[in-house]
Order: sequence, then structure tokens, then C-alpha cells
Amino acid sequence: MRGANIALGATGLAAFLALGEAVPRLGLVKEAYFPPTSRIAEAFADELSDSTFWTALGDTLTGWALGLAIAAVAGIAFGVLVSVVPYLREATASTIEFLRPIPSVALIPLAVLLYGTELRSVLLLVVYASFWQVLIQVLYGVQDVDPVADETARSYGLGTWARIRHVLWPTALPYVMTGVRLAAAVALILAITAELIVGAPGLGKRIGVMQASQAVPEMYALIVVTGLLGLLINVGARSVERRALAWHQSVRGEVAV
Amino acid sequence: MRRVLLRAAFVIALPVLLVAGWWVTSDDSTDVYWPPLRTILETFPDVWTGERLKDDVLPSVLRLTGGYALAAVVGVALGTVIGSYRRVRAVCEPVLEFLRAVPPPVLVPVIMLFAGIGDTMKVTVIASGCVWPILLNTVEGVRAVDPVMTETARSYGITGTTRLRSLVLRSASPQIFAGLRQALSIGIILMVISEMFAASNGLGFTIVQFQRGFAIPDMWTGILVLGLLGFLLSVVFQLVERRVLGWYHGLRASSRRSP
Amino acid sequence: MHALLDVSGLQKVYEGSGRRVEAVRDLTFTVDTGELVCLVGPSGCGKTTLLKCMGGLLTPTSGEVLLEGRKVNGPPPGMALVFQEYGRSLFPWMRVGENVELPLKQKNMSRTQRRELVRDALESVGLADAAGAYPWQLSGGMQQRVAIARALAYEPQVLLMDEPFAAVDAQTRADLEDLVRGLWRERGITILFVTHDIDEAVYLGERVIVLSASPTVVQEQLKVDLPDERDQLHTRVAPRFAELRTHVYEQIQAAKRGEAEPGSPARSVT
Repeated sequence: MRGANIALGATGLAAFLALGEAVPRLGLVKEAYFPPTSRIAEAFADELSDSTFWTALGDTLTGWALGLAIAAVAGIAFGVLVSVVPYLREATASTIEFLRPIPSVALIPLAVLLYGTELRSVLLLVVYASFWQVLIQVLYGVQDVDPVADETARSYGLGTWARIRHVLWPTALPYVMTGVRLAAAVALILAITAELIVGAPGLGKRIGVMQASQAVPEMYALIVVTGLLGLLINVGARSVERRALAWHQSVRGEVAV
Repeated sequence: MRRVLLRAAFVIALPVLLVAGWWVTSDDSTDVYWPPLRTILETFPDVWTGERLKDDVLPSVLRLTGGYALAAVVGVALGTVIGSYRRVRAVCEPVLEFLRAVPPPVLVPVIMLFAGIGDTMKVTVIASGCVWPILLNTVEGVRAVDPVMTETARSYGITGTTRLRSLVLRSASPQIFAGLRQALSIGIILMVISEMFAASNGLGFTIVQFQRGFAIPDMWTGILVLGLLGFLLSVVFQLVERRVLGWYHGLRASSRRSP
Repeated sequence: MHALLDVSGLQKVYEGSGRRVEAVRDLTFTVDTGELVCLVGPSGCGKTTLLKCMGGLLTPTSGEVLLEGRKVNGPPPGMALVFQEYGRSLFPWMRVGENVELPLKQKNMSRTQRRELVRDALESVGLADAAGAYPWQLSGGMQQRVAIARALAYEPQVLLMDEPFAAVDAQTRADLEDLVRGLWRERGITILFVTHDIDEAVYLGERVIVLSASPTVVQEQLKVDLPDERDQLHTRVAPRFAELRTHVYEQIQAAKRGEAEPGSPARSVT
């Protein structure tokens, strides 16, 4: 069954690549706009042997990882704080509901003015967008804490810190993992956006440069790179999530995203 | 009565405090990039006149609506087909996983090659970015239809479009809405950046113009408008969701009470 | 003259990933118009498989099911199924009335006709007021009543019930059993009721078919000669009831051990 599925998936992938080769070759679209798969593969190989490509990849990953780390730490810390301090959850609810849907790209002009094409521009956008993903999941997770478990901990005289460690955190952990996984995907989108629009160094900027200089196959090759990067991040985050939660026996319902 | 007042206080207190804080700390600001809130609010009505709403906000919203609606129709339709057949799903899965992982903003330069820089380009960009979360969530939702419900429908001879409308799509609707919600935030991002990239009107275009012309208070009002638009769209989305998925929230609440 | 429902030589073998499981070996029995027949057998004896074959949801490996002399090749319009999992068989996004009405939309009938059938069906299960509620707002027993109402409104020739009361509490279960008997007597419908509960089978049925352990064959058929007028209090303590249930119990124990029927040949009915 599993083997058959892998074979079918491989067939699908092969068909997709073949289609990408055939469509421009048959003249269905202009080769100048949509180069055949083989041309993109060539450009991809060229990119891999180009040191500036690796620098760009490194820049993108730096912005992504740093932004994600800041957002995750801030989101978890803020989420736990808001849940532990009495009345803070109620007091911040409306503000969170208002700030969360504000599109992070609204901050692009501000980022340009304040930081130009520095890394901080990228970080501003990445952190703003990913912070909410983490925070919201932490809040969902804390809501899920079993009141009986919390009462029990209280009745045994556990302090705030011990209750966070032994009751709140284990319950919230699966949600935190989900939040970080979603944030990781969003962070990549925003990192590439910042590079593409603001011009901070990285893969996004390189794509923009290739487009401006009509190097179409190279542009497609770079897009494939960003896709592979996204795929790696998704798969990696999911397997970390699964491994970290293997010991976790709590059954949880679907998490709204 | 007291409880209502208390609740209202909780809702308003922090936002009022934050705005007041912003007002006070920025009031004597001489930093060009952080103009006083007073100046920003005074500029607001001058910038966002009726004409501007018609020439910039309306086109942006129309592009977003067009692209989003297109993505919703295509995503749900394709997702239903892929989700209904195990083999089709197995064939498509790796390709879909890859396409979904491509960060949507990189679609802007690609689609510009094909569609130029007009409205077609923007609608296509928005649609092709929004379609993946909708499509993949629909696939998951359609796949997970309860087998007992499927058999019930079969045994009562419920087939074809009735089956699709009253069983498959309804059962998948919580997942479809999760996809639509993700797609909405992606759609807004793409609307703004496709206009920042190349356009002659629209919110994204206008805000970048302000920034390039160093009209800082105007730029700030633009950021506020974008924020408001994001908030409004999210409110509208929640209203629709609550209406369509009322049964789902009720079901979950009732199963939480008696597990 | 055919029997209404005629099962002959039914066999179902599941095959998958190198394993071959024979769930039902060789089943032959009939149900006449207007009968209430209970199928009882040890747990895991392929009752659900049998019912799904009869309802046209599964294709038998060999043998056939005839409804009014016509071979069942898919869900026939003359049959309605009531599942054990009421919570998953009603659609949570539809109100009770809509759930009952949905299957009727496939039939050629006017809106008023449909409404009339829905009202009538809900009334006969005692839920006339609940049409506007969602299923999940009702208790388990009430949800199963809705499922029964849905089947009634469909006006089937045969009503197939698959352990419908296995998941409700004892009190509700007694009420629902009386409801089924009442509906059968009032409406003269034909019911095939599958259960693993011996008492339930004897209390409800006019005839009990005892199935063997898997791979399933018919162990015995037994006529229930209790009066038509039955009630939870008196019927269940009647000496004849005790005799019948003891007999069925012994048959099932024998079936579990894989023996043929012990002692005298049972009073088979055909």
C-alpha cells in the first residue's frame, strides 16, 4: 500500500516535470516566459556552483531562523505571562484580536525608512508575522489546561512557577509545537517578501535581480530553491513536532489555524 | 449590569491605554519617521478622501475579492476531486506539497512575465497564492468524511450533487474554512506586494509612493488604513464562518461537555 | 409467492494484504412480509457484515439476497438501515427535520408530501417538537429516535436495524425497544433486527435466528411464542420468556464452542 503510494507519487512528479518540459517545447507557451524543465535544471546546477547563490541562501536562512527564534520566544513568554497573571488574558483579548489581522506587509514602508535593506528590515516583518502564530496557539493550549489538574496542583501547594512547569507547559506543548510549525512557514514567506520588495540581501532579492535582467531560467531555478526550502521546513517541522510529542499521551482535537 | 460594564472596561481599557501612550510619547516627537499621532490623525481625512477611496482602496479590494473568489472556487473544486479518489491523491500529493511550499510572493515576478502588470496579473497572483491552503485543506476534509455517514447516504440512495452538497462539502466545511482563513491573510499580503511591485493605483502602490516621497505622516495613515482593512476583512470572515459553521461549534461545545 | 426477503447461500470473504478472512460462510434464511425477526449471535460473528450485504453496501462473495424476488446489487430503494452509531449516522449540520427529510428528496414527491411524512414520522417516535433542533442537542436515545424516524419516513419495505440500542443506557433502551415493537404493530412494517443481546432478541422478535461464531452460519431458528402484547415488566418475568432465553443462551454458548445444536433438534421454522 505504502509502496504503491510512493510509486504513484513518483509517477505524478515525473508527469509534472515532463509536462514542464513538453509545454514550452511544443510552443504552447513562449520559452522566454516558461523555459522547459531541462533548462531550469541546468540553471539550477549553475546556481549551485555559484558562491553568491550560497551567500544569498545563507542570508535568507539567517533572517528566517533569527526572526522565527525571536517570535517563538516572545510568543511563548507573552502567552504564558498573559495566562498566568490574573485578568491579563481578558484585558489583552481585544487588543490581540485587533492587532493580529493587521497584515505584516503594511510595515514594509516603515521597515524601509527605518532600516533600509539591513537584516533588521527582514526581522521586523518576520517577527511581526510569526509572533501571532505562536501566541495564538499558546493561548489555545493554555485554555486546554484541565482545571482539575490545576486545582490539584494548587491544593498540594505548588507555586506559580511549579504549576507552569508541571501543569501548564506539558498541556500547552503540543499547541506550541503547532504554533512554531505554522510560524516557520509564515517566517519564510515574509523573509522572501522582505528581500523581494525591500531589497534586503537573500534569495528574494536574487529572484528580483534575475527577473530584472531577463535571466528567466535562473529565476525559475531560484523559485524551485525557495519551494524546496519551504518543503524542507514543513517536513522538518512536522517531524520535530511528531518526535517531541511521541511521549505525550494527551489526545487533542483539531487545532483551528 | 456591573458585569457588563466590567467586561466593556476589559475590552476598551488596554486599547485606550495604548493609543493614549502613543499619543503622549509621540506628541513632541521631532523624529521625522515617528511623527506625533496628532499629526497622523490630522492628516488622515486629507489623505483618505472619497476620491482616494474610490481610486485606490476600491481597486485593491476588488482585486483581492476576484483573486480570492477564484482561488476558493478552484481550490474547493479540485480539492473535492483529489480528496475523493485515493489514487488521484497519491499521484498529486508530492507535487502539491511542493507547490504549496513555494512562498507565494515569488509568484509575482513569474506571473508578471505572462500577464504584464495589469489587473489580470494581480488577480492571478492573488488566486495562485491563495489556492494552495484552500485546496489542501479541502482534500483533507473530503478525505475524512465519516464512513458511517457515507454508508448512511449510500443506503438511502443519496448520490450525485445531493450527496456532494449535503454530505461531502458540509462535512469538509470546517477544514475548508481553516484553509480559507489562511488564504485570506496570504491574499492580503499578495494584494499589497503585487501593487508595491508594479501598479499605477491601489493601496500598496499609494503607500510606497508616500514613503518614496517622504510624506511620512501620509505613509503612517496608509499603514493605519491597511491595518483597518485587515481587521475589517477578518471580522467579516468571522461573521460568515460563525453563520456557516454554527453547527460545528455547537457540536464541539456539546462533545466537550460530555466526552 | 416469494418471501419478502430471501437470503440464500450468502458468503463473504474479506481479502487484503495476503490475509483472507471468511466473515460469513453460508447463510440461508427468509423474512416474510410483516414479520419482526431478530438476528442474534456472539460478538464478532459477522452480523454487521451480513446486514451490509443485505443492504447492498457490500457485495457478497457468493450467494445472493433477494428483495421481493429481485436480486440486491446496490442499496435498494425498499430498504432503510438504522445504524448503531447514531451520533455518526445523523448529519450534525442539519436540523432534525432536515435529516429526516433528506432521503425523501431523492424520491419523486412534492414538498408538502415530504413535510407531511417528516411530521408524521417524528410524531410516531415522540419527537414532534424536536424538528428544529440539531441532533447533537439531543440525548443519545433521542438521536436514535431521529434515526428511526428517518427510516420510517422513507417508507421502506424492510427496516434493517444494526444493534441500534447497543450504545444507550438501560432505561432508554427499554423505552426504545417498546417503541420499535409499538411501531411494528401499528404500522405493520417488516423489521430485521440485529443484536447481540439475547433478552432483547427474545423480547422483541416474533422469530429469532441464532447465528454461529464467525465464519457464520445459521445455528438455529426459533419461533417466539410469547403473546403479541408484551411489556417490560411482565413479559421479562414470564416463565416462557425464561425458557426461551435459556434456550437461545445455550445455543449461543454452543455456537461459541463451535458445536452443532445440542440435544433435541430445535423447533425450526421455515
